[in-house]
Amino acid sequence: MCESCGCSITPRTGPAEVAVLTRLLADNDVTAAHNRAHFDDWGVLAVNLMSAPGAGKTALLEATIPALRDCRIGVIEGDLETENDAARIRAHGVPAVQITTGTACHLDAAMVHEALHEMDLRALDLLFVENVGNLVCPAAFDLGQHRNVVLLSMTEGDDKPAKYPVMFRAADLVLITKTDLAPMLDDFSVERASAALRRIGSEAPVINISARRGEGIERWLAWLRAERAARHAAAAAG
Amino acid sequence: MHELSVCRALLREAMRAAGAEGPPLRSVTVRIGPLSGVDAGLLARAWPTLSAADLLIEAAPLRVSCEACGTESAVTPQDLTCRACGDWRTRLLGGDELLLVRIGLEAEDAHV
Repeated sequence: MCESCGCSITPRTGPAEVAVLTRLLADNDVTAAHNRAHFDDWGVLAVNLMSAPGAGKTALLEATIPALRDCRIGVIEGDLETENDAARIRAHGVPAVQITTGTACHLDAAMVHEALHEMDLRALDLLFVENVGNLVCPAAFDLGQHRNVVLLSMTEGDDKPAKYPVMFRAADLVLITKTDLAPMLDDFSVERASAALRRIGSEAPVINISARRGEGIERWLAWLRAERAARHAAAAAG
Repeated sequence: MHELSVCRALLREAMRAAGAEGPPLRSVTVRIGPLSGVDAGLLARAWPTLSAADLLIEAAPLRVSCEACGTESAVTPQDLTCRACGDWRTRLLGGDELLLVRIGLEAEDAHV
């Protein structure tokens, strides 16, 4: 008996074909929905940060935590090895759980679920999941987050959205980071990056940001606050 | 390279569809779109490490419908703009699929 479509298969005499039509990552999707239900139960906004390695995800969080004092923040850190990023976050006085994936190039919903057991969601308003630095694999796995934020650092080049369309199409917000380096990177055009984003059909807003100098931080915080307000409104409505 | 994770998930779904007591898998057919985030070539190379069943891959075409003029176009992953009017506000009709379409099962008497 096929569980997915309810068809009955009794191939006694010859080979049989069975129509299935399920998502390959159906198991991951179930766990992701479970995670999302946890977040919703406790009124926590979950934001998945994705980028290439070294685009400045941890630096962004280090700039965000002290600036967003009205918000109780927690962080799940995904890395192949080391506790370094979690240690950097904990130094700012917020709880951080490190997931070391070993050789896995992405986080999946089950890894995040396990990490959630070490995180007190009742004590949080906002949970960041810092995904493994990778512009390919993390895009395929729903973690249960409410929003995806993709970072594109100026040193990477403005054609990144065209090179990694799956990742950039998943973005609800794109942050162009390290803008303090702009004077040295005259071949990076924010307009070209935005145009490449539109060409792949993305409506995601773009914010230029420098974690080091503080440029764009207020716009980023305003986006986070608006998303939190929207989540509260959704929770109150239903 | 997450195709091995995807292969494991595929095998799990295929075994589930076959049933715990069911006959062995002969073939597994998947449909993969260019915007699924999965590379068909890598998937095909990873699959034999997990299963002896044949992996058959159907490529799903990438198509959009224009919100401005309503035209449907075949597009590329790097450029999803409308081929008729050039507007970027298009809706994906297909091309992000990552589906297990069907499984083939061995004749039961061959394994008794």
